[in-house]
Amino acid sequence: MTKLSIVVDRGRCTGIGICESISPERFEVDDDGTLIVRGDLVTPDTLADIEDAVRSCPAAALSLVPWDER
Amino acid sequence: MTLVVVGSSLAGLRAVEAARRTGYTGDIVLIGAENHLAYDRPALSKAGLIGEEPVAHFQSVNVLRDELKVDVRLGVTATKLDASTKTVSTSAGDVSYDSLIIATGSVPRLPTGIPELDGIVTLRTLEDSAALRERLRPGAYVLILGAGFIGSEVASSARYIGAIPTIIDAAPVPLVRAVGADVGRAYAGLHQRNGTPLRLGTMVEEYLGRDRVEGVRLTTGETLPADVVVVGVGAAPATDWLDGSGIALHPGDRGIVCDEYLRTSLPGVFAAGDVAHWPNADLDATMRLENWTNAADQGARAGTNAVAPEAMTAYRTVPYFWSDWYGQRIQFVGIAATEDVEFVSGAPHEDRFIAALWQGDRLVGAATLNEPRKIMKLRRLIADRGTRQQVGELLAPIPQS
Repeated sequence: MTKLSIVVDRGRCTGIGICESISPERFEVDDDGTLIVRGDLVTPDTLADIEDAVRSCPAAALSLVPWDER
Repeated sequence: MTLVVVGSSLAGLRAVEAARRTGYTGDIVLIGAENHLAYDRPALSKAGLIGEEPVAHFQSVNVLRDELKVDVRLGVTATKLDASTKTVSTSAGDVSYDSLIIATGSVPRLPTGIPELDGIVTLRTLEDSAALRERLRPGAYVLILGAGFIGSEVASSARYIGAIPTIIDAAPVPLVRAVGADVGRAYAGLHQRNGTPLRLGTMVEEYLGRDRVEGVRLTTGETLPADVVVVGVGAAPATDWLDGSGIALHPGDRGIVCDEYLRTSLPGVFAAGDVAHWPNADLDATMRLENWTNAADQGARAGTNAVAPEAMTAYRTVPYFWSDWYGQRIQFVGIAATEDVEFVSGAPHEDRFIAALWQGDRLVGAATLNEPRKIMKLRRLIADRGTRQQVGELLAPIPQS
């Protein structure tokens, strides 16, 4: 599979936190509302959860891009 | 095999996407009364209203048609459901189904006695938001009926633009049903601290103006000027079109009664989003939710359950919604059905707090102001039936080694 990377559009993200609810190991909203992403390489075992988080973002701030185009 | 989804907003969109993810290859028809596919409705009273950025759409019609092979019919209103022939009548002809998902959402409630005057508006759709934005000019008097989330967000947006909002609400404390009295009072304090008058325990006695609204007289006798009146007193499930179908509706609010799998009383018919009452095992309670998170998740679950009986799963969730007032982030998880409220961090009059809502020793809800790092951890604790001790551990400062 193509290696994928998580990209956060910082202009759109407002720290609503639904991604953290779906995948708390990967996403955490900080005290000031900034989204922290722990490791942006998507591994096969985490792909389903991360796809769910990307799809579930109310601000459409998350996307997955090929690793070498990040 | 044909899956028909009535309602093309968030729940309906997520339903068709989830149905395809199961591998279902039958026909899908998506019927929507609005001319647009699902868009970012929460933004209509926030960033979209102050014109900071265009309101986002979550999926393009082309992707649905070309990639997911969905027959998308927008601007088409469902008018009747005949369960005996499995037919939905619409403004553009009849559609037959094998499985049906009802996701028609809700419509703004209107108090009785509102006259036909220009300038009295509600806010539900993209068009409503664009029309209201035109009226929110600097210096404009904006009278907001209802101190709920929509009314409060409109007040905040109006102030940002330089208009002059006033909120009135018939109740002595706002937001009681959504977040409880103590938290409702705490959130309402934001209006006072940001200079928006909030008049509680009062109603409009008379609307003033000949063709367009110019002001209102309140039950207190006082007269207020108004260039626009925004009615935000709640919403009701959009289920009138189901009259005569025999579907079981809730006697209180005419929402659709569902089981834990989101099945209605009619065979092959499911419901999701603002219309659906269902027993939520995460909180041992039957509820109907009007928020973004639920519409998305419940829609997806209904989409799966409707086409993949082997994957049929009960829908359970810890409710979550957020709201932005005057640049401050309000977040709420769980339910407010308790009197036992404790401010476990910060205080009600401060710009940062966490209120825990308890049923006995169990955390059933949490309301925060500007605590975005804590809210999802509290949501998880509610799902895990967390106790007072566990909440204490979550909020305790990290020991220095």
